[in-house]
Amino acid sequence: MTVVTRRLWDIAHARAGDKGDSSILLLRTYPGEDFGTLVAVLTVARVAEHFQVPADAVSITPVPRLSALTLVVRGGLAGGVTRSPRVDPHGKTLSGHLLDLRVPWPVSDRHPDVEAS
Amino acid sequence: MTHQGVATADQTPVTHDRSTTYRIAVGAGFAGDRYEPAEDLARRGDLDALVFECLAERTIALAQQGLRRGTSAGYDPRILRRLRGSLVPVIGSGGLIVTNAGAANPHGAALAVRDLARELGLADLPVAAVTGDDVLDRLVLDDCQVLGTDLTLDRYRGRIVSANAYTGAAGIADAIRAGARIVLAGRTADAALFLGPLAVRFGWDLAAGTDPVANGLLVGHLLECAGQLTGGYFADGPRKTVPDLARLGFPYADVEADGSAVYRKLPGTGGRLDTLTVVEQLLYEIEDPHRYVTPDGVLDLSGVTIDEVGADEITAHGATITSQPEQLKVSVGIDDGFLASAEIVYAGTGCRARAELAARIIAERWAEVHHRPAGELTFDLVGLSSARPFWQPGDGPEPLEVRLRASARTWSRADAAILGEEMEALYTNGPAGGGGVTAQVRETVGVVSTLIPRSLVQTKVEVLA
Repeated sequence: MTVVTRRLWDIAHARAGDKGDSSILLLRTYPGEDFGTLVAVLTVARVAEHFQVPADAVSITPVPRLSALTLVVRGGLAGGVTRSPRVDPHGKTLSGHLLDLRVPWPVSDRHPDVEAS
Repeated sequence: MTHQGVATADQTPVTHDRSTTYRIAVGAGFAGDRYEPAEDLARRGDLDALVFECLAERTIALAQQGLRRGTSAGYDPRILRRLRGSLVPVIGSGGLIVTNAGAANPHGAALAVRDLARELGLADLPVAAVTGDDVLDRLVLDDCQVLGTDLTLDRYRGRIVSANAYTGAAGIADAIRAGARIVLAGRTADAALFLGPLAVRFGWDLAAGTDPVANGLLVGHLLECAGQLTGGYFADGPRKTVPDLARLGFPYADVEADGSAVYRKLPGTGGRLDTLTVVEQLLYEIEDPHRYVTPDGVLDLSGVTIDEVGADEITAHGATITSQPEQLKVSVGIDDGFLASAEIVYAGTGCRARAELAARIIAERWAEVHHRPAGELTFDLVGLSSARPFWQPGDGPEPLEVRLRASARTWSRADAAILGEEMEALYTNGPAGGGGVTAQVRETVGVVSTLIPRSLVQTKVEVLA
């Protein structure tokens, strides 16, 4: 078993939405990618660090039937769409940010698409 | 109305068997949506119902404020342009139209729509206003917890401009049963706009929490963002490609009596409709897929099955209702002062250093000349860190150009306007080569949420003669 580093962009697709001051995102693995591995490596701690929020501001809910999971990042939108001073008050761009996250990915033999860490 | 350049070449009408299926389409997924997809659906979609979802969470607060001050009609006037393009074909083929574009003034919107119908030769068209979502006079501030906090609404006493409850499908269904062919509602849950006509057509009991009702809500949930189901908000450049987004077709569903549905878009339109696009919309803005709270039931989406049954043709079913909510969510608008933003651009070697110098100059003058608190100001470098200011990826290459964006939050418009003046003055008083200054000030209304007992919210239907 080797562990490589992979970008979520190579593994899954994402969409970002918002409710109040929470960013609500979803990830779905592409066909051929292992959803169980994604659930195992996408820890609350990794997501919280990536979005620079406390761990208790993040929740992750897997939906195995859809090979998808939802992520909530609370307090991540500088007040939300009505009052955020940011360029992107909805946080629509955060799907792109999520897909930049790099995760350790166990592979049983040489994986052709990835570089060893 | 013609739309040369983006009109769809394919004019094939797409009929269906109205004795067994009910065809419901979406004509707008938000107030600023495109116009011609709805016209295309109205013209050749053989629709039983066309729904325009035009009311975001903050929009109703702004509409209430505008109505009270006499600066707006309290509803979205763009609905009249939308209906001008779709009303005659939808009504002519026996269909009906439902929208939440009534916003803070469904009655006023209904009067305007009645006038439009007369102008278009539909003199006796029954138009209904659904009201009752305005609960401002029923809130006991000390008793209403602000969701997600330990505070009560008392914290905002004196600043509350609106309070609208998310109502369910019952009011819309009542309006349709009363004979309305166009229904103008205000703050209604988005999915309820679709569930209402379906419940009337198939005789579903909205309070029963049955699987047909659950799947009717699923239809509404999937359709409510229009093009986001059919390939909008999806293309990522190299990997997730979408054909012909300039002619994106909006979706419709052919629904049967048990709530099962086939989702399609019109032939010849752009976009794509498959498992990938549908999963993204199924879970869009869903905090907990096991517990999606709507006024018409708490929905469990975790058991939904999506099947591709043809080209750009899918089925989705398997939603269930686990309980009925005892309370309804209320969107409360809070007067929130003013937000100013102003920008200036620098290019070439050292552009980042010059933008950062410009920011320091603004901050210094904000404090020393204008005696204002530093906490009112925020700075971002567009092209480097503006969309994700919290992220520190480490030193990257020197940018080719960078745009400084400053924003300020104040309680008076005059104070907010200072930011634009200071940014403009950088032309001759700031770093070298600064250009393209823009500035704006807007009034902001914050939105917080609370809950209200269902029994305090009674929807009312008025059908205009």
